[in-house]
Amino acid sequence: MIGLGQYLLVGGLLFAIGAAGIFLNRKNVIVILMSIELMLLAVNINFVAFSIYLGDLVGQVFAFMVLTVAAAEAAIGLAILVTFFRNRGDISVETANTMRN
Amino acid sequence: MGFVELAFNVFAVVTIACGLGVILSKNPVHSVLFLILAFISTAGLFVLLGAEYLAFLLVVVYVGAVAVLFLFVVMMLDVDFAELRSGYARYLPFGILVGVVLMVEIGFVVAAWNIPEEALAVRQAPIVQDVVAVAPGPDGIVDTGDEAAVALAPNNAEQLGMVLYTRYVHFFQIAGLILLVAMIGAIILTFRERRGVKHQHVGRQVARTRAEAVEVVSVPKGKGIQL
Repeated sequence: MIGLGQYLLVGGLLFAIGAAGIFLNRKNVIVILMSIELMLLAVNINFVAFSIYLGDLVGQVFAFMVLTVAAAEAAIGLAILVTFFRNRGDISVETANTMRN
Repeated sequence: MGFVELAFNVFAVVTIACGLGVILSKNPVHSVLFLILAFISTAGLFVLLGAEYLAFLLVVVYVGAVAVLFLFVVMMLDVDFAELRSGYARYLPFGILVGVVLMVEIGFVVAAWNIPEEALAVRQAPIVQDVVAVAPGPDGIVDTGDEAAVALAPNNAEQLGMVLYTRYVHFFQIAGLILLVAMIGAIILTFRERRGVKHQHVGRQVARTRAEAVEVVSVPKGKGIQL
């Protein structure tokens, strides 16, 4: 039987990888968005593992919500990215200071 | 090592390796493909846990929609991705530091967390019996110890439906609203009205009267007219 701890370990590792990915790819917005997706996936793994091991279905309902929000976030993020690219011609985050002045 | 343990190890290792592949690969297209594989192997983990509905939802929603959206955007944008990776080595120690610190903190939290006795008691009873208790048999009697009742118990998708459409129906509606807002937002953000393109305006065409379209002039012989 696989323990709860093993699933939590996978979820924790994936979350840490996602967080590290945000810092590693600071210039590339697409990879930052993918790292955020990875972190949300890690959270989902933890929700479902707790839901099963504690015998409470609410965890899966909440994972469903996380999935919905993640999909909406990806759609909005990519839409902003496309608009940004259309206006500026590149997607570099470092020079993204149009709103500053 | 039984088959389930083997499958868990394979799925877990593939998930972690694909997570690393997403953040480390040079080409964003490869990152997206790693992301897809990570989602698929996580769906495998969910199946092993017994949450089949979420597993297949993950495959349909993520692999079918979100990952394809990512792939579409990555391939549509004409960006020099090699240039975007400059400074990668500079951020590498900091990124690793952040990851390790986060991992250690999560480890502390998990190590300090202990399952209370009541929760362990619930854990002894499989999730199936809870839902059998929600939906009693035809005679109205709930016998959670009965093997036949457990065999007749609803599967994971039915269980989720039983709670999602009753107790959490407002959550469900709000999820729909979130998706609606996201859809409208994405359309409005990317909608572009092109200037200088000749469109056919049917309404204006139909509303044109004879008076504004035709003018009758009498042309003097040999002179022509100035319009």
